[in-house]
Amino acid sequence: MLEILAERFNYIPIIILMMIGLYVVIATGNLIKRLVGLSIFQTSVFLLYITIGKVFGGAPPILETYKVDEGYGHGGDADGYGAAEAGHAADAAADHAEPAVDAAHQTAELLYSNPLPHVLILTAIVVGVATLAVGLALVVRIRESYGTIEDDALNAADYSLESGSAE
Amino acid sequence: MQFLADFLPAGVAMHAPALIVVIPLITAAVAALMPNGRVAWIVALVTAAAVALLSLNLLGQVAVEGVISYHMGGWAPPLGIEYRVDMLNVALLLLVGFVGLLCVFYALPSVADEIAENKQALFYSAFLVCFTGLLGVTITGDAFNVFVFLEISSISTYVLIAMGAGKDRRALTASYNYLILGTIGATFFVIGVGFLYMATGTLNMADMAEILAENGHNRVSQAAFAFIVVGLGLKAAMFPLHVWLPNAYAFAPNFVTAFLASTATKVAFYALIRFLFSVFHPDVSFVEMSFVWLFAVVGTVAMVVASLQAVFQTDARRLLAYSSVAQVGYMMLGLGMGTASGLSAGLLHLMNHALMKGALFMALGAFALNFGVRRIKDLAGMGKTMPASAMAFTIAGLSLVGVPLTVGFTSKWYLVTAALERGWWWAVAALMLSSLLALAYVARLLSAIWMDSPPTHHGELTQRRLAPWMVLVPMSILALANIYFFFHADPLVWLARSAAEAVMGGS
Amino acid sequence: MSPHLILQVVAKLLIPLIVVFGFYVQFHGEYGPGGGFQAGVIIAVAVILYALIFGIDAARRTVPPVVVRFGAALGVLIFAGVGVATLFMNGAGEPLNYLDYDALHPDQGHHTGQHYGIILIEIGVLTTVASVMLAIFYAFAGRVPDIPDEEW
Repeated sequence: MLEILAERFNYIPIIILMMIGLYVVIATGNLIKRLVGLSIFQTSVFLLYITIGKVFGGAPPILETYKVDEGYGHGGDADGYGAAEAGHAADAAADHAEPAVDAAHQTAELLYSNPLPHVLILTAIVVGVATLAVGLALVVRIRESYGTIEDDALNAADYSLESGSAE
Repeated sequence: MQFLADFLPAGVAMHAPALIVVIPLITAAVAALMPNGRVAWIVALVTAAAVALLSLNLLGQVAVEGVISYHMGGWAPPLGIEYRVDMLNVALLLLVGFVGLLCVFYALPSVADEIAENKQALFYSAFLVCFTGLLGVTITGDAFNVFVFLEISSISTYVLIAMGAGKDRRALTASYNYLILGTIGATFFVIGVGFLYMATGTLNMADMAEILAENGHNRVSQAAFAFIVVGLGLKAAMFPLHVWLPNAYAFAPNFVTAFLASTATKVAFYALIRFLFSVFHPDVSFVEMSFVWLFAVVGTVAMVVASLQAVFQTDARRLLAYSSVAQVGYMMLGLGMGTASGLSAGLLHLMNHALMKGALFMALGAFALNFGVRRIKDLAGMGKTMPASAMAFTIAGLSLVGVPLTVGFTSKWYLVTAALERGWWWAVAALMLSSLLALAYVARLLSAIWMDSPPTHHGELTQRRLAPWMVLVPMSILALANIYFFFHADPLVWLARSAAEAVMGGS
Repeated sequence: MSPHLILQVVAKLLIPLIVVFGFYVQFHGEYGPGGGFQAGVIIAVAVILYALIFGIDAARRTVPPVVVRFGAALGVLIFAGVGVATLFMNGAGEPLNYLDYDALHPDQGHHTGQHYGIILIEIGVLTTVASVMLAIFYAFAGRVPDIPDEEW
């Protein structure tokens, strides 16, 4: 049991963060705190992605053979990098199995970490920032027109509006 | 079909899959720079027209040549991002393109009424970003790309909904609640994609399907399935996850409601179908089980419960919003049958529902534009004061019930047939019950519109007032389409059937 | 004598350095860590620091909100425009796809076009990120609080 947990230690903080985030979103009535919870929840997913990119013993994913004069190394084109020919589609499809290893076999035994999850998460972080900005802007507007950012008070204000206009 | 494939210059046609997403993206930036709302509206209209033309062209290309695969930047899949167009997404592209065009046409008077003058250009810009996102979700063949486009469309949707605050401040809280739930949904989806990436080592959906079929499923891919279904279910307002939708639809600007009701949830539903059928295979045991025990059952409950909730609403747009949740239930039921005929019936209903709800929300927008009304009892006498809009509303409302001579009947007919094929009598019974409930809530609206007398104003009856022609034209087109496609059902049925076959047969 | 004299002098010294560092990160980004996102934020930070020290009105005079809005749109246009340009520049004879940077330079062997493409894209990213950061700052900082500070 302990061994299973130790092998997957990276998931433990992720799960804890995820649960904290979701709990805050559900439990709090304060709109700002809810956004904080949402950010924690999203951050846990960023961590999830980043940890799956780790290859034990892997070097940073930078081509060792890279020289400006020779372009991106001889192996570059064979892997479908920047090649537009249709024939490469099949070629590339054949060696998709292990992205980390895939990048490695052009420089013999060098093992690289998988850079793709980091790139994905960069995009997800930008999405998260945009969401947070829109959310905070909404909270500012809500505060201006309702004078409160507590969920209960907002519901009460909306309810009185509804029953008031029904008269 | 050959004509559709050929009517654009070859250079444009070749890049159509990229252009259909890039054009709205670029014009969104252009619209933001425009000095006033009217010019920005022209930009949006030209864009929507271009997108509609490109989607027609793509339909021709797919029908003639089969699946199109477009490699972004020339990087071959599965490493590069692939835009992949088959019959299923071309049907959605057509829907988004044409409904988008009609909605933009409708937008000018409606937006001029509801949005402050200095915000209109940015409003159209946000709309075009949303449009980009919806088209992107539909066309891309890359799982992570789906997430990015989904969030592009969602974030701009939050902004668009919040713009309704000028008329009613509850738009702000509605938008905020949608933001929280929508982001949770998107994050669940991205967790699911992450698990799929762990299980397969690829992000290309076609490639994922191959590897999953080869290696078989394990607990990682099952977890991925659960996360993706919940995440996309939130975005598509699948029944227990629909709480954000009624308020969002009720307080958004009218144009936004009409556009979102007929496109946004549909696109999320498309993404769900894409994952269920193209990435996971419907023959895999846990997917098959989810069809019967999740989608069919929850869909049936949604049909009945959401319709029941709709009957008791006082706000007209909230009523229609609950009805939308019920209609998603119909689509889920069709999907849950897991057969080609069931899926095609669900897709047919998806397209027909866009026609109905588009016309209904546009008509409510017209009422709101002329008289500023939104509650059901304020609709009293609209049949006399705004007869043309009331006619369009009536046609679409009857179509929603499923009265013969309207498309609503066609798609319910196909759903019933597909249910009987599987011997699901209970589903047929639920369909009947839900249709009766639909009759009840539509009757509430129609009786207010036609039976009640118009309110008096200083002792005189309210005068007859025609909606602006820019509102009337797209509304009438959608309402008449509800009748036209009953008599000429073949194009839509063909589209739905080939779309269903594309995912059922192809995988 | 302004009570913020030291802050103002130090900020005046720092702001040009921050901007230069921003451009360093920007143009270094092709070969090392860095790029448009980070550089955009750093350059926006320079303006935000200016606003913090000298007041939001002074910052608004230096970088008007109209410029910010224009910059945000312009960056997207540069970004997407590079992709569109590649559609038209299929000079090598073979038609290329959207965002295929190889079209930007005839030297296919060294992928010079890809270098050009990345630099152009990063300039678009820089413009948009810097503008959007400032737009968010202006939007939040520029709001007149309808409630006195004590109430928070």
